[in-house]
Amino acid sequence: MWSFFHKLGSPPWLYRIAGSILRWLLPITLLALCVGLVWGLLFTAPDFRQGNSYRIIYIHVPAAVVALAGYYVMAIAGAVSLIWKMKMADVAMRACAPIGAALTFIALVTGSIWGKPTWGTWWVWDARITSMLILLFLYLGVVALYEAYDNKEAAGKACAVLSLVGTVNIPIIYKSVDWWYSLHQPASIKFTGESSIDPSMLYPLLLMITAFYALFTCCLLMNMRADILDRESRTGWVKKLALEYRA
Amino acid sequence: MYFDSLGAALAMEGHGGFVWAAYGICLLVVVLILLAPRRRQKKILLRLAGEQKRQQGNPTTVEEGK
Repeated sequence: MWSFFHKLGSPPWLYRIAGSILRWLLPITLLALCVGLVWGLLFTAPDFRQGNSYRIIYIHVPAAVVALAGYYVMAIAGAVSLIWKMKMADVAMRACAPIGAALTFIALVTGSIWGKPTWGTWWVWDARITSMLILLFLYLGVVALYEAYDNKEAAGKACAVLSLVGTVNIPIIYKSVDWWYSLHQPASIKFTGESSIDPSMLYPLLLMITAFYALFTCCLLMNMRADILDRESRTGWVKKLALEYRA
Repeated sequence: MYFDSLGAALAMEGHGGFVWAAYGICLLVVVLILLAPRRRQKKILLRLAGEQKRQQGNPTTVEEGK
């Protein structure tokens, strides 16, 4: 157990293991995304009230769900790097931020496009939407804060504190549709009790949510690998890798 | 397939513009976040390989650099 944690802190080991995971995870992810997209776009029946515009659900919900989960990953990595000063946790925290920002952006933009034919407006200052916008700013804040410092150790600490403080926003996003009943509908999928979505629509949606989780993992590992190379560029193993790459 | 023809799938009974625009933007962002780390990794490796080649070609500057 401890040796596993010890290995996790070793940049060359993490770089190699991330590479070997990506070799099989990336093709599976891309395949699942393609299958889910075609299934949701062309093979499901339209919603009886919203018509075909509801098909946006197959990207909107997965992006939003994974954007929220990704924030937890970032905050936990931030906490680990603050408490145990683990360099690789700092790398993981930093790698989460741009992916989370991209997914939150997808959720907001697709939601806005979905809102026009459904609610008659592109944007509304609803609790769910506003708290998602704050999530986007938190992610972008971490990216910008890291770039703002010359001393990368201080930058890592500041980002970890920002991401930990930002976790307050996550339960607010989850609960916003129950606390403030406005335009955004409450959750259709429930872990306890019956979901208010037909199985023919639920299965492609679950596939897409899984595919987006896998996409997040792939991007996280790829970002971490690039960051490890950058940080370890003075070490022998990276220099050797660079020579092999050129050859 | 739910739709009868390609035209019907594109139009989606009037909602085609919204649905396809949302999917298009999503696809673009996904491609960007997949390609960005690859590009960064490639750039770093090429830069390091170039540095080493220069150092091997001119060993005195390496000593001075230290």
